[in-house]
Parts: sequence; structure tokens; C-alpha cells
Amino acid sequence: MFGKLNWSAIPIDQPIPMIASGVVALVILGVLAWVVLAGHLPYLWREWITSVDHKRIGVMYTLLAMVMLLRGFSDAIMMRSQQAVAFQSQGYLPPEHYNQIFSAHGTIMIFFVAMPFVIGLMNLVVPLQLGVRDVAFPTLNSVGFWLTATGALLVNISLVVGEFARTGWLPYPPLSGLTYSPGVGVDYYLWALQISGVGTLVAGINLVTTVLKLRTRGMTYLRMPMFCWTTLASSLLIVAAFPILTATLAMLILDRYFGFHFFTNEAGGNVMMFMNLIWAWGHPEVYILVLPAFGIFSEVVSTFSGKPLFGYRSMVLATMAICVISFMVWLHHFFTMGAGPYVNAIFGIASMIIAVPTGVKIYNWLFTMYGGRVRFDTPMLWAIGFMVTFILGGLTGVLVAVPPADFLLHNSLFLVAHFHNVIIGGVLFGAFAGYAYWFPKAFGFRLHEGLGKAAFWCWLIGFYVAFMPLYALGFLGMTRRMQHYDVAEWRPWLLVAAAGAVIILIGIIFQIMQLTVSIRHREELRDRTGDPWDGRSLEWATASPPPAFNFAISPDVTGEDAYWSLKAHAKQQGLEKRELDYKDIEMPRNSPTGFVCAFFATIMGFALIWHIWWMVAAGALGAFATFVAFAWRDHDEYVIPAKEVARIDRANIEERRALTSLAGA
Amino acid sequence: MSDQTSDQHRIDLAPGDEREGGVGLRVLGYVTGLGLALLLTATSFFIAGTDLVWQPSIPVAIIVLAIAQMGVHLVFFLHLTTGPDNTNNVMALAFGVLIVFLVIGGSLWIMANLNQNMMPMDQIMQMQR
Repeated sequence: MFGKLNWSAIPIDQPIPMIASGVVALVILGVLAWVVLAGHLPYLWREWITSVDHKRIGVMYTLLAMVMLLRGFSDAIMMRSQQAVAFQSQGYLPPEHYNQIFSAHGTIMIFFVAMPFVIGLMNLVVPLQLGVRDVAFPTLNSVGFWLTATGALLVNISLVVGEFARTGWLPYPPLSGLTYSPGVGVDYYLWALQISGVGTLVAGINLVTTVLKLRTRGMTYLRMPMFCWTTLASSLLIVAAFPILTATLAMLILDRYFGFHFFTNEAGGNVMMFMNLIWAWGHPEVYILVLPAFGIFSEVVSTFSGKPLFGYRSMVLATMAICVISFMVWLHHFFTMGAGPYVNAIFGIASMIIAVPTGVKIYNWLFTMYGGRVRFDTPMLWAIGFMVTFILGGLTGVLVAVPPADFLLHNSLFLVAHFHNVIIGGVLFGAFAGYAYWFPKAFGFRLHEGLGKAAFWCWLIGFYVAFMPLYALGFLGMTRRMQHYDVAEWRPWLLVAAAGAVIILIGIIFQIMQLTVSIRHREELRDRTGDPWDGRSLEWATASPPPAFNFAISPDVTGEDAYWSLKAHAKQQGLEKRELDYKDIEMPRNSPTGFVCAFFATIMGFALIWHIWWMVAAGALGAFATFVAFAWRDHDEYVIPAKEVARIDRANIEERRALTSLAGA
Repeated sequence: MSDQTSDQHRIDLAPGDEREGGVGLRVLGYVTGLGLALLLTATSFFIAGTDLVWQPSIPVAIIVLAIAQMGVHLVFFLHLTTGPDNTNNVMALAFGVLIVFLVIGGSLWIMANLNQNMMPMDQIMQMQR
């Protein structure tokens, strides 16, 4: 009846996961009870859960990422403290639990923190920057978000029911095969990623279509803000790379569920094919994450330097070059697996070449700042912190791109330090810069500056204290993923690294304080102009938060830096008081399709993990029925009458005119 | 300006949208495509089971016919043209072909190279004895 599921799946004898999940369950129940008792449920359902508004979906993506960041970070703290105490002893985490923790940390940080964070920001900002009213497929967007949430939920369920994978964040066979991982851990990994992978693919398709098809009048390709370009490149990579991940994991699923031999050691299987295919996805994946961050930095650096982006066209070229070259370097993740000198040399050289367009970008940002009047607000601090940190990470990356050097450093903590250096210093700093930069646009009030800066300094210093020792440990020969060790020289470095993790923890506490303080003081931090940073692109041309239809009248773009040139024009010509011609606006109707679909997908995923076949059928049927019901609906749009549009827009213009002499032109 | 916009609007069709024109013309297009596709399929089956062509060339011939089949599908069913409104679709196809080529070609090359540098299996077995 219930497949492999029985009471022994709940780890009652292990105090740490039980206490952790107990606390999480209490928090979730508390929040749910508060939502229901305070009567917020209808509001949440109407305005958020069923929303197809790209801004709302973007906010929900970002929120998911931030919640999962807490989960992933608590894994990190556990690993650092385990390695700090586990010198010639077992520490406090038994090996099977420790292995689950580093696997969950990697999986969560990449798939459920970094990905939703960048996709959330792209969702929120790209339609506004392009001057359009929504993404190309609004309901599909909601489906994508909720399927991503399903994946995150399944990973978290594994904390209480059963176990998570012990294989590392990429389940290399034969370890992940049925022989060596007979439990449900790898199955949790596989189905969580398959389901959220569909969501990611859908988001990628949506954003590609939006950028290619939905630009406002006059917004030619070479007038698009840099963030739109990097979104396009990143989404193209999603569309091209994620099917490889899906296919590879599907083959592993066939091996595990139906006794196939794609990646087994016997019967003609080849484990190397798994490494090859997973990295053919995995390397583009890191550029999927970092390209949007590059876009955010481009916007931030040019806004806070008060100058147009230096070398805009070279930046576009560099972005698209990275987009293509990122598909030509994947072998550098397994130089040591026995390939001959030709293959290793060519992929090594390609890996070094991809550093060139990235270097072009760094110079462009530096020259944008050069001669500008740089304002050091929180987003700009993240950007400068990024430039310093990312150069360091890039340099160690070029170092491990040299095959002979890689033979020494492969699987050592040097590698761990390198990729945290680029992912924290690049992707996460970028996401935080974007969070601080666009928060006023999303909610209508700024984040508290002082606490934001405190969080930045804690993160920056904490990052260096936590990860520079890992470079040294790599040279001292310490391999990654060690549950305990006997080498005395390693101990001091690991203690320093643990202290670094504590500094980062303080940074995260500052960020939580920043959010709560900002919400409490939202009236003082209110942004009434819609343009709190003296911005350059179209998202600042509308109110904060933007009305459901974003722009009352579609903007007409005449050059790069669309809003900046509008403001400059208004400064010269003065404000013209003209009567605007408002029209009725059709907007997509909200739909529970995404939520219901993901509900059934969760049931199906859980049932697949535990081999409960009747429940699999029920979940699949439910998801399909939801899709059919959606496809058959007749009314998919509602009309906002011209009068209402005029009322909202006039109020906005009045407010802006009262505050600035320029806005509202 | 408004003339230009309406012009753009007319040629800027989403993928799958049909240009205005007689239903007959469209049906003719699909029928031509179907005919060509059937012809190519029949030829592949015919070639595989005959000795009219030089035997070792049969796999090559089938690959050529398969590529022609893809072309027919792209032109007649997916409406891929060289028109200015079709640039996005052509670019998407080119990008897709490039990625498929890189991933499949690269994988074959990598995997072949890995096996080349492996000790033959029987020697490994001997060493383990």
C-alpha cells in the first residue's frame, strides 16, 4: 500500500535532524496559524499564490531563495563546526549524517538559492526594463515558480521522512547506483531536481521569449539595458543546458528503478558517461548563475557612477561570447579521469579563453567608475566587493584550468575555496546587490542603509576569513568532504574557517534585522519618486511599487539609457503639460493552475521516491487534469478601464512632480 | 511612424502563426511536405532492404535521407523560412544545432579518448589476480 514507506523512515533515534525539523515544523505551523487566524489567507491566495503578475512571482522566487539560504547556511555552519572539532575524533556528526549535510548544502545552494534568486530578479526586473506589461507566458511563469517550490519542499521533507543523498551535490555513479545507495536519499535528489528542473526550463523559455518578442516601441536589441542582455544569454543557456541535466538524471533513474545499465560498472554501462553528461550541463549552469549577476553589476555600477556603461557593445559581445564558449569547457571538471593530452590541453585552453570576456567585463566596470561621481550606497558596495573578490576567484580558476596544476588540486579544498570564491563573490554578492537595488522598486520603500552596510562588511570579511584558509588547506593536501582527520597542521586553518562562518552568520543576522527594521520604518524609508537611485533604465520610470499594468502608456524609447535620456530631455525642455491619451488595458487573469499543478507534482514526486505507485498515478492524473482545465478556460484576461488607468497614473505623476522638478515627463 | 509600426506588426508573426492567404495554399504546403516526408521514409526502407546500392554506403545513405527529412519538417511543418520575420527562429535553430554538435561531438571525442588511454580490460583483470 505505501511502497517502501513505513515508520522506520522517520529518524527518531537521531536527535539533530529531529530537533532541527521539529523547530522548522513549529515555525511553519506558527506562520500558517497566524496567516489563517489573522484572516490573511484569502488575501494571500488572491494576490500572491494565484498571481500571474511577474513582479509578484519574482518576489516569491526571491523569498524562496532567501528562506532556503538559511537552510543551506545552517548546513554550512554544521560542516565548519564538525571539521573544527573532528581532529582525531569523530566530532558530533556521524559519517552518514555528515555526508547528507554536504550533499544537501550543495544541492540547496545551487538549485534552491542561487537559481531562484537570479530567476526571481530577472522576473521582477526584465519586463519593467523592456517597458512591457508582463512576461510572454504569465501563467506558465507561475507554474515554473511553484514547481521550483515543489523541488525545495521535497528536499526539506527528506530531513524528516527518510534521508537525503550521501553522494555529494552531483550523484556520481556507481556510488549513486542501487548497489551502493540502496536508500531513498538519491531518489529524493533525483525527483526534486527533475520537478524543479521543469520549472527552471519553463522560466528560461519564458524569459527568452519575453526578451525576443515583447520589447516596447523603439527598444531595439542594442538599446536594451545590460541586465536584459545577460538575462537573454542566461535563459538561452537554461534552454540549451537543462534538457541535458534532465536526460542524464532520467538515465540514472532508469538505472535505479528499472535495472538499466547506463552508468553501472557491468553489462556495458559506463560511469564516465555520467561525469561527461552531468558536466556538459554543469558548466553552462555556473554561467547561467553568474551572467545575470554580471548584468546586475552593470546596472548598479553605471547608476551609482552616474555614467553610461563603458563599452556597452563590447559588454554585449562578451556576454554572448561567454554564452557560447561556456559549452566548450566542461571537461575541465574531470581532467584527472584519464583523458589524453590532446583532450586535456584543448579543454584547458578553452577554459582559459573564457576568462577573456570576463576580464573585458571587469575592465568595463572599472572604466565606468573612472571619472564618475561614485556614490557608495549598499548596492555599490556589493559591486565593489564583488570586483575584488571575483578577480581572485577568477585567477584561481585560471590556475586550475591548467591540467598539470589541476592534477595536484583536484578534489582538494583548494577547489572548494575556488568555487565558493566565484559563487559567493560573484553570484551571491550580485543577488544581494540586486536585492538592495530593486527592493524599493518592488515594495515602495528602501532597505535600511546602515544595517545593509553592516551586513555587507560581515559577509565580505567573513567570506575571506572562511575561505582563504581553505586555499591553504588545499595546498596542505586536505581533500574535500572529510568527516574527520588526523593531521595536526590542518587544525588551526579549520578553526579560522569556522570563525569566518560565524562572521557570515552575523552578516545574515544583520540582513534579517535590516528587513524587519525596514518594514517597521517603511513610512520613513518610503520612495515616492519611483526613482530612488537616480536610475537610468525604464523600471525607474514607473511608480514604486509599479501598478499591475507597469506602464500606463507604453514608453517610446529613442536611445540607450532610456529613462536617463527622458530625464535629461525634461531638464532641457522643461516639463510639458500634455493630456495623455489613456486606453483600456487588458491584463492576464490570475490562475491557480501553477499552485494546483505543483500540489499534484509534489504528491507524485513523493510517491515516486517511496515507490507508492497508485499515488504516482493519482498525482500524474491530477497534474494533467489541471493542465486540461487550464487549456479549456474561456476568460483569460480582464480589462482595466481607461479611467482607472488614468486615475492611478495621474496620482503617480502628481506625486512625482511634487517631489522632483523632473520626473513625470 | 505609425505606418512603420503597422508594417512591423504585419510581418512580426509569432512562431506558428499563419500568414494571411488562402486556406488552399496552406493545405497545398502541408500536402507537399507530407508527400516529401513519405517519399524520404519509403526510400530509407527501400534502400535498407535492397542491393541496388553498394552495401557499405547504406548507413551513409540513411543518414543523408534522415537529414533531408529534418529539412522537410523544418520548412513545411515548422515554417522555417529565410524571411526577415523568421530571424529569431533561424538563430534559435542555429544555436540548437551548435549545442547539439558540441555536446554530442564532444562527448564522443572525450569518451573515445578516455578509452584509448585505458589499459585493456584483460590486462587490468590480470593485474587484479
